[in-house]
Amino acid sequence: MAALTPISRKPLSLVIPCIAGAGGLLGLFVGTANGSGLLGIVIGAALVSLMGLFFIFVLKNETTAKWISILFVAGLGFLFGGVPGVILGAIFGWLFHWFIYWTYEGRYRARLLPYLTPGQVLWHYTFLFICGAIFVFLITPILVVMPLSFNAQDFFTFTPEMLRLDPEGYSLKHYRDFFTNNEWQRSFKNSLIIAPIATIISVSLGTLAAIGLSQSHVPGRRAIMAILISPMIVPLIISATGMFFFYSQIGNWLEGTLGFNKTFVGYVKVVLAHAVLGIPFVIITVTATLVGFDRSLTRAAANMGANPVTTFFRVQMPLILPGVISGGLFAFITSFDEVVVVLFVGSASQKTLPWQMFTGLREQISPTILAVATILVVISIGLLTVVEMLRRRSERLRGMSPS
Amino acid sequence: MKAKLTAFAVTTALVAPAAIAEEMTIVSWGGAYSKSQQLAYHEPYTAKTGITIINDDSSAEAVAKIRAMNEAGNVTWDVVDVVASDAMRLCDEGLAEELDHDAVLAAAPDGTPASEDFGDLIVSDCFVPQIVYSTTFGYRTDMVGDTPPTSVCDIFDLEKYPGKRSLQKRPIDNMEWALYCDGVAKEDIYDVLGTPEGVERGLAKLDTIKDSVVWWTAGAETPQLLADGEVVMGSTFNGRLFSAIAEQNQPIGMLWDMQSFDLDGWIIPAGLSEERKQRALDYLYFATDTQRLADQAKYISYGPARKSSAPLVGKHASLGIDMAPHMPTDPANAGNVHIYDYEWWADNRDDLDAKFQAWLAK
Repeated sequence: MAALTPISRKPLSLVIPCIAGAGGLLGLFVGTANGSGLLGIVIGAALVSLMGLFFIFVLKNETTAKWISILFVAGLGFLFGGVPGVILGAIFGWLFHWFIYWTYEGRYRARLLPYLTPGQVLWHYTFLFICGAIFVFLITPILVVMPLSFNAQDFFTFTPEMLRLDPEGYSLKHYRDFFTNNEWQRSFKNSLIIAPIATIISVSLGTLAAIGLSQSHVPGRRAIMAILISPMIVPLIISATGMFFFYSQIGNWLEGTLGFNKTFVGYVKVVLAHAVLGIPFVIITVTATLVGFDRSLTRAAANMGANPVTTFFRVQMPLILPGVISGGLFAFITSFDEVVVVLFVGSASQKTLPWQMFTGLREQISPTILAVATILVVISIGLLTVVEMLRRRSERLRGMSPS
Repeated sequence: MKAKLTAFAVTTALVAPAAIAEEMTIVSWGGAYSKSQQLAYHEPYTAKTGITIINDDSSAEAVAKIRAMNEAGNVTWDVVDVVASDAMRLCDEGLAEELDHDAVLAAAPDGTPASEDFGDLIVSDCFVPQIVYSTTFGYRTDMVGDTPPTSVCDIFDLEKYPGKRSLQKRPIDNMEWALYCDGVAKEDIYDVLGTPEGVERGLAKLDTIKDSVVWWTAGAETPQLLADGEVVMGSTFNGRLFSAIAEQNQPIGMLWDMQSFDLDGWIIPAGLSEERKQRALDYLYFATDTQRLADQAKYISYGPARKSSAPLVGKHASLGIDMAPHMPTDPANAGNVHIYDYEWWADNRDDLDAKFQAWLAK
């Protein structure tokens, strides 16, 4: 993006406090880790201010300053944290250099509108900082899990070998355990059986319900809607207790009177329970898409002689498909992530992945859980990417610009 | 499209069960313990009979779940591993099958009937004893200096061993240890604990370390906390500590003083069909014979419940070390033990649990 505003160098009275603040922030973390947060702030602030003065008055060459900054902070990092410290130090060295010049040269103004007051500029960057911080807090717990899953030990611990980046400290044994251990394989297979079938049921019933409820002539549709959405609102543990007794009766009847196999009945119970949990998500997303659906299209189709079923599949369905797909994704994730209901309704032969992870965490604290979590995160990212790409492709084909 | 998908789903759902062979669900505690059962009992049994065994690691909530299953008329478990006190409760409530031990269990190799071979360990008619385990302490060898703790009372000594310690979140054992370290003689512990002043005294002793205690509920937590160095010492089951020390080479030492002995074993839930009950009994006959119980000790350091199994306890299956010195029952470890009184706790547990929880919340 081109610059919107001409930039000029800023006075030291603005630059020094800014870069000292940045240094103090890092100093706070390093200092707390080493015993004294306050001392860390003071040293960090002083160090970065001195670096700034040195670059501005002595060096005057930005490229040299960059390398000096990277090497200097990487060296400091080595003193505190060994090899990983060097990597972090190098990153922060680059960041400090960038920040010093960014403030000093006034580059922060370049991409903002010229008429903004200093207060608005400050708020703009504070806002970005808060957004970044929220993002970090959301994503860190997921990222922490990934390196731990390569631990060579059977504990949730960053061992000294791992922190030294010593290959000895890392191993794929937890991944091997996941792929060779019967319990994990069985639960993985169960999840892959239960979640898709439950999703198909939720999507079919949920879409039908949403279309029915969007007709203005249906009596009591608000009440029906409230009842259908209730599984989402009622605390899960309560639905689960109710489902346990309800499906026990149904299961006994299926086994005793109709003579079905016990394991098969077990799957039916869990699939139905998960389908009930998934339906509200489908109803909500499809209802939302139907708001933008032009009713005259169905009347036009009827006018041309199409019966309601043909109209649905040929006219209405393609237009509300994005809502149906995202509802289906939610239903799939609900079933795939669900642990409470399956603990109540299922028996051990329907043990799903979350159940196995749950008991694993409570009983054995095995890093295999982390390996599985990493695999699941990768699969989820892949799944979402594929769906998003398909959606954009279909929009492009239909001549709309992707949003 | 959708119709096809549905048809596909229905077909997979119908075809899937056909591929599943005869199976039974065995409930246990998970972790290293379930693994030892898997290797010593389940795998040989599957090899012999072809019956698939499904592990359900739900023993911690066995009593509640068996109650609910019984109420709903839908018992999905075949054999359940529980501690002795849970077995007594389930038996009293009619939720576990009563067994004639001599008729359904194998005799010892020399012909001694099962009831004599297990002896006093058969604490309930429904209970088939499997192991003797103990709840005891482990400590970080690198965090206690040159004077490792030797007495259970070192737990209460914050000056000599500063730092956090982990204790189980229940009154059992903790109250006894507290009273013992407050100067009550070992044989008087339950008499003192039976009085309101005794309970106050025990809680007051625990109060002295309350701020330094991490409370655990699952057996795996203390080994994890010790491995992280988050606690200096902590109580857990001796087999968990053995596996952290011997199999995972953690800097942890054992403190056997005043270890608390307990029993663990099998029950068969009431309300199984005759066919499933026979299968469960067949499994129990196989899994609790003299050789099988001794085999389990190859994988975990719990003492087999049969007298005739003790001489057969050999070396660890993969490490090749002698298992006998790691057993809670080994004379070197059992110098000063605490015999946990089931019957006293069966009568007083609800009352003390309430008081203990109230104290925790204070």
